[in-house]
Amino acid sequence: MSRAILRDSLSVALTVGVYGIAFGAAAVEADLSVLQACVLSLLAFTGASQFAVVGVLGAGGSALSAFTAASLLGIRNSFYGLRMAPILQVKGAKRIAAAQLTIDESTAVSVAQEGKGLSEMRLGFWATGIGVYIFWNLFTLLGALGATALGDPAAWGLDAAVPAAFLGLLWPRLISKSARIVALISIFLCTLLIPFAAPGVPVIACALVPFIFAFVGDRK
Amino acid sequence: MIWSAIIATSVVAFMLKYLGQAVPAAWLENARIQKFALYLPTALLAALVAVQTLGSEKNIVFDARSIGVLVAGIALFFKAPFPVVVLLAALTSAGIHQI
Repeated sequence: MSRAILRDSLSVALTVGVYGIAFGAAAVEADLSVLQACVLSLLAFTGASQFAVVGVLGAGGSALSAFTAASLLGIRNSFYGLRMAPILQVKGAKRIAAAQLTIDESTAVSVAQEGKGLSEMRLGFWATGIGVYIFWNLFTLLGALGATALGDPAAWGLDAAVPAAFLGLLWPRLISKSARIVALISIFLCTLLIPFAAPGVPVIACALVPFIFAFVGDRK
Repeated sequence: MIWSAIIATSVVAFMLKYLGQAVPAAWLENARIQKFALYLPTALLAALVAVQTLGSEKNIVFDARSIGVLVAGIALFFKAPFPVVVLLAALTSAGIHQI
């Protein structure tokens, strides 16, 4: 049973790790250095937020807009942590490690073991978290070095690779009708704001869409 | 400027992760807050797609990059894996740049 979990963890870690190439390349395309790309992967270690930083900076947004968009995206990790805390039951240094590894994939693999017992859920979390951490950072470095070696990013189509990566991250979230509506309104609102707001601000403004959806909508 | 964004993002990213492990469960169990948290990434990722596909500084443009993203959308619709999606978008955009 635990071998099956480790196999799942490894395949998730490898698959997600490959996103790291796209991130490393996107970071270089947004004028980050190889070191800056790697530090972001090592310390922030949360894919969508990292893509947001380079996406906003690359579009000419300020450091503050980049940070705000990334932090809004990071809020979901708090909810993953909330889900994982009673399963992991860790304190001190182990809790710090657990927090750093609390991302979409480690939580998903762990929760997928529900019903098999706490130790299986813990194994899924740690194996996936550590595996993704290793591959994500390794592939970030490779992607950043690769993009640096390529030279002119637009000539290699990297300008389209970044939004395509965002679309790839968005796609699995569009499973419900509500999610698709939220996405469509956000695309529309954001595009509408582009000519009027500083780069990065239209993205942050779209946090209003789920806010209205959750707090003003019906009481479900 | 880039470093300040990197350090601030990293610090807050960790704090948000740690917060979930450390606060009493009841704090985040409100149904409306959970709904907001569920749809927030969807909205922000959709907005990022829009800005990166159609935005150029403060102008709305439709260029090689936009067509690349359109191709990525078609690839996702046909359930292509992530690396294929990104590669197709890059090849499309690069191909148009060459012309």
